[in-house]
Amino acid sequence: MPSVTYISASGSETAVAGFAGDSVMETAVRNGVPGIVAECGGSLSCATCHVFVCADSDFAAMLELEDDMLDGTAIDREANSRLSCQLKLGDADIRVTTPETQV
Amino acid sequence: MTGTAASARPTGLGTLIIGNCQAGVQLASSLRELGDTDPIVLVGEEPHAPYQRPPLSKAFLKGEVTADSLTFRSHDFYRQHDIELVTRERIVSVSRTAAGGVAVAESRRRFAFARLALTTGAVPRQIPFDGSELEGVSYLRTATDAAQLAQGLAGARNLVVVGGGFIGLEVAAGARAGGTTVTVLEAAPRLVGRAVSEQTSEFYLQAHRRRGIRVVLNAQVVRFLGEHDRVTGVELGDGTVVPADVVLIGVGVIPRTELAEQLGLTLDNGIVVDGSARCSDGLTVAAGDCANLPNPSITPGGVARLRLESVQNAVEQAKIAAATLLGVAAEYSTVPWFWSDQADLKLQIAGLSGGHDEIVLRGDPDSEKFSVLYYRAGQLIAADCINKPLDFIAVRGALHHGQNVPADLAGDVSLPLKKLVSAVAALAGK
Repeated sequence: MPSVTYISASGSETAVAGFAGDSVMETAVRNGVPGIVAECGGSLSCATCHVFVCADSDFAAMLELEDDMLDGTAIDREANSRLSCQLKLGDADIRVTTPETQV
Repeated sequence: MTGTAASARPTGLGTLIIGNCQAGVQLASSLRELGDTDPIVLVGEEPHAPYQRPPLSKAFLKGEVTADSLTFRSHDFYRQHDIELVTRERIVSVSRTAAGGVAVAESRRRFAFARLALTTGAVPRQIPFDGSELEGVSYLRTATDAAQLAQGLAGARNLVVVGGGFIGLEVAAGARAGGTTVTVLEAAPRLVGRAVSEQTSEFYLQAHRRRGIRVVLNAQVVRFLGEHDRVTGVELGDGTVVPADVVLIGVGVIPRTELAEQLGLTLDNGIVVDGSARCSDGLTVAAGDCANLPNPSITPGGVARLRLESVQNAVEQAKIAAATLLGVAAEYSTVPWFWSDQADLKLQIAGLSGGHDEIVLRGDPDSEKFSVLYYRAGQLIAADCINKPLDFIAVRGALHHGQNVPADLAGDVSLPLKKLVSAVAALAGK
């Protein structure tokens, strides 16, 4: 099982065991990891599951809709911004940083 | 999961949350996030741990997601946060004083509490036509309902949807995309009349007709016809019969207020709460679909109170209710928003359009990418955005920050709304 580490804006880390095929968002929400809200449950409607991914992570390229929604995150997007509902876990461990706020 | 291990500890000291739903699970989680260490019991009648309802009328029916994947929190989460999740227990009576009280389930199991939260939700409004009991006539609210509907739709040739609201249109659009013959019967002169403007209603009428859905407005359903206890058609007021293997009735919901009534709480289209989610007894809190709250719009005008049926509202109110239970000041302040995915049509609504006095159309509805912006006294108050996520994001942000987009510029699609918002904000010094 891949391990997912969520690093809060203040630097505290929460590591949880994920399942390949689940999204980074689902894994956070199921385990009650603070910092990811995900009101729309992964339907690309709310932009409240924003994360910053680490440089070496290997996720599928983003769809246009994700790209559009990232323009509306509460904390401005950066080059490594993604919506975590679109990031599917593989076998590799991953680390993401959550923004200060999502709404 | 019925958490019998936890029942050995003293009860009556903590919080009882009635309703295993989005608001309920959020309330429990928020109590822990706020540092509450007292016992928390989350009780509900459904057999499942709390799960997401919105996908039930969309991805779930198409088989793209399973019931398990809709679960909000893992069992580990409840254990780790010491939240006792009790399923399959329907609370039938409750009484309390300022010090606390007790709720009793149909099974006679008793739940004592010091603090009480009602997240009792709503049930589909039933229509008492002849033939409503026929097999194949369904409502959609729970995962169990959705599983039954999915099963019925699997072999169905003809789906009839009674009610042209969000749930009905989402199911209709999904089934049509899958090749089913679909008829939508709406009693009113337009679709989704409760939630959107005439422009948006007209767009959905045309868009669904383009996709091959037969939509009948001003439809008067007389009864459901059947053979061998199974539905075969829907008879209309003009005598015509629409063939049906499956009928979905989606004509709104009724808030569940039975327990609130036993507590003597003020009711008015739901449980009346203040901006801190507090009920009329000043002790109990209520959140989600069951609660009638003061209008959270930042601009004056519109209705004084309303009941919101949305994820955003359930989450926001639950957070506030948790804070209120712990004596922490909190007031509802986020912008209400809604979404509805109907086949390839993504509707996102920001704000509440009630009381608008001006509408600006942004984009061409025939392109299936446009927004309807609502104004009151020159101030932007809401928008319906169809396949226009950038407009939605810009409007939600503007409303959140109390900003405006001038109505005379908003219709120009060559100007991104986000830029218009920032330009106006800069001028106003906000």
